[in-house]
Amino acid sequence: MSKFRKKKKGMPGISTASLPDIVFMLLFFFMVTTVMRETDLKVKQTLPFATEIKKLERKSLVSYIYVGKVEGQGGDKIQLNDRISSVEDIKYFIFAERDTHSEDEIPLLTTSIKADINSSVGTITDIKEELRNINALKINYSTRKGDITKNK
Amino acid sequence: MAKRDIPEINAGSMADIAFLLLIFFLVTTTMDVDTGISRKLTEKQDSDIKPPKLKEKNVFIVTVNRNNDLLIEGTKFIQVDELREEVIKFIDNGGGLGNPIDGAEPAECDWCEGVKDPASSDHPNKAVISLESDRGTSYGTYISVQNELVGAYTDLRNRLSNKLYNVSYTELLKQSKNDMQNESLKEKIKNIKGKYPQIISEAEPTK
Repeated sequence: MSKFRKKKKGMPGISTASLPDIVFMLLFFFMVTTVMRETDLKVKQTLPFATEIKKLERKSLVSYIYVGKVEGQGGDKIQLNDRISSVEDIKYFIFAERDTHSEDEIPLLTTSIKADINSSVGTITDIKEELRNINALKINYSTRKGDITKNK
Repeated sequence: MAKRDIPEINAGSMADIAFLLLIFFLVTTTMDVDTGISRKLTEKQDSDIKPPKLKEKNVFIVTVNRNNDLLIEGTKFIQVDELREEVIKFIDNGGGLGNPIDGAEPAECDWCEGVKDPASSDHPNKAVISLESDRGTSYGTYISVQNELVGAYTDLRNRLSNKLYNVSYTELLKQSKNDMQNESLKEKIKNIKGKYPQIISEAEPTK
């Protein structure tokens, strides 16, 4: 009888041996599909919506200019890299960006303007004027895909 | 010598390590794809170069004031969602002779479907959209207007492409991106672009 009594009843424990595999799979998925955050946003932004949008290809050729409001301060602020800067700094920013690329890639460099939906066009115009002065003519107004009626 | 059992390494904490890495990547990376409206700025001109003369009927003036109101041709207030239709009507009018293409004689726009009003634009390659904005205009409205202007051209190009090649212009662009070497696709795109060239000029904003 004792032979039978020894038999345990109840559910066998679920093996967790494959858990690392699952997690690694997730890890690799995220490593492949995402990019490193390059800058900390100092300005507050909600990007406007648009429908006629194009994807920005070749991220290494894109430099970003962030525009938005800083909490507790009035007016639009421009952020380059990790610093709040003035319009005059843009040329040095672009020159520095050009230095890191070879000569033949320079005409392909794009400047992406990421501006808050409530910024004023004046600030954007100042930036564009500055970019025109140094012949950085390819620009991209960063937007999200969505209906333009939400831009109010 | 007796064979000694090598104790197995406990792999139970592997999951914890993997989770740690996973969370690290979740926090430090972003997934957003950058999208936006691409434009090319005009080159800086010398101040002594005179701007080319344009007939007033070939210029479509869109004005946005600091209260984000839209005015077209200096006379009519409209809403943003009406803008696209007005722009299409203007570009597609085809009321006269266009600029000569490839040295050929100036010809009428035989692909336009507009009303051929002599008081509106002559030809898509002569039609200029001029956007005037105020420094106080909000960026959101500005982008909406830009979007509608580009959208009007896309609509027209799609229509023409559907008529000529039974495939929309956006589809052509997509195919061409997947098949860079395809010359016939490139030729088609160039043809459509040439028939409805995007001419949007931006005036200095009013202070």
